Amino acid sequence: MSGQNEHAHHIVGPGVYVVILFCLLIGTGLTVWASFLELGPWNPIIALAIATGKAMLVVLFFMHVKYSTKLTKLTVFAGIFMFLVLISMTLADYMSRAWGSW
Amino acid sequence: MPDSPAIAHGAERSVYNADNADNADNLHVEHPPYLRHHFNSTEQQADTSSFAMWLFLLTEVMFFGGLFTAYLIYRNWYYPAFVAGSHQLNVIWGTTNTVVLILSSFTMAMGVWCAETGRRKGLVLSLSLTFILGLAFLGIKTIEYHEKWEKHHVPGFHYSLSSFTEPQSDPAIYAEYHDKPLAPDMARHTELYFSLYFAMTGMHALHMIIGIGILGFMIFRARAGAYTSGHVTFVENFGLYWHFVDIVWIYLFALLYLISRHQ
Repeated sequence: MSGQNEHAHHIVGPGVYVVILFCLLIGTGLTVWASFLELGPWNPIIALAIATGKAMLVVLFFMHVKYSTKLTKLTVFAGIFMFLVLISMTLADYMSRAWGSW
Repeated sequence: MPDSPAIAHGAERSVYNADNADNADNLHVEHPPYLRHHFNSTEQQADTSSFAMWLFLLTEVMFFGGLFTAYLIYRNWYYPAFVAGSHQLNVIWGTTNTVVLILSSFTMAMGVWCAETGRRKGLVLSLSLTFILGLAFLGIKTIEYHEKWEKHHVPGFHYSLSSFTEPQSDPAIYAEYHDKPLAPDMARHTELYFSLYFAMTGMHALHMIIGIGILGFMIFRARAGAYTSGHVTFVENFGLYWHFVDIVWIYLFALLYLISRHQ
């Protein structure tokens, strides 16, 4: 690897990966622990919030999005945003119908 | 000067290699063998393939997103059935599998680092560990599927409602959750829960199987010295795929195993 052949992109090292691994394991422990508590409507909210936190760690560090080009960042953001629009519009439609069983 | 072909050609060539700019009349400048001719630089080539990989992963987000949306809608619709169905899942197996998959994502990330820094043995080791952890995940999933099969909780002609219409007939689950019996029409909808359970975890497992197949191919190639001499695109893009499959499981674990334990 010399001169022009070298990748110009940022190389993420083992130190970062080990820290993220431990954060993910702690997140898993937390979410399982929280599922044993009686929190009513907060149980799914907490579980999904922790899952989203773990997913963000994976996307930013394991998948290098934190260190990638603006194009990649925009692509990932646009895709997730589009998905959230689709899922929230669909659920809003179902939940706002007077079908009684909601 | 656009009317001078030699100079225009030289200007174009210099993009390939700044060090060789004075060598402008050289028709085929030195470049790494893996650099395709329609790219200006290895950096541009790497950015382009990573962009394309992300576009593919976004189609996967939409694909799994459809399943997740169906799950959320039906869970709200037939809530008691989905809670009772969820109580059939074993949180210990689910947690073990989550840990296994997170570890495999870590070993995969280490594999990408080994490839980037030219560590052949480290790459083979990382990929092999990822391969083994992937198989461990599928093994645990098989144990869980087998349990559903034995209890007749696989949707179809042999589906049994007894765990839901008479919870006491299923002592291990009853001891943990003390579920009240469901009316037969609501109990029927537990089959919908298990249809979605098998569709979602099955599609996830299919992605794991494809990933493990590609891992086997990569281990074979890495042993022969591939990926560690500068051209790491394949390993990096496979890493993106593997981490994506990990993220899908993180959500499956929360939605299928965890959120209905108390209702």
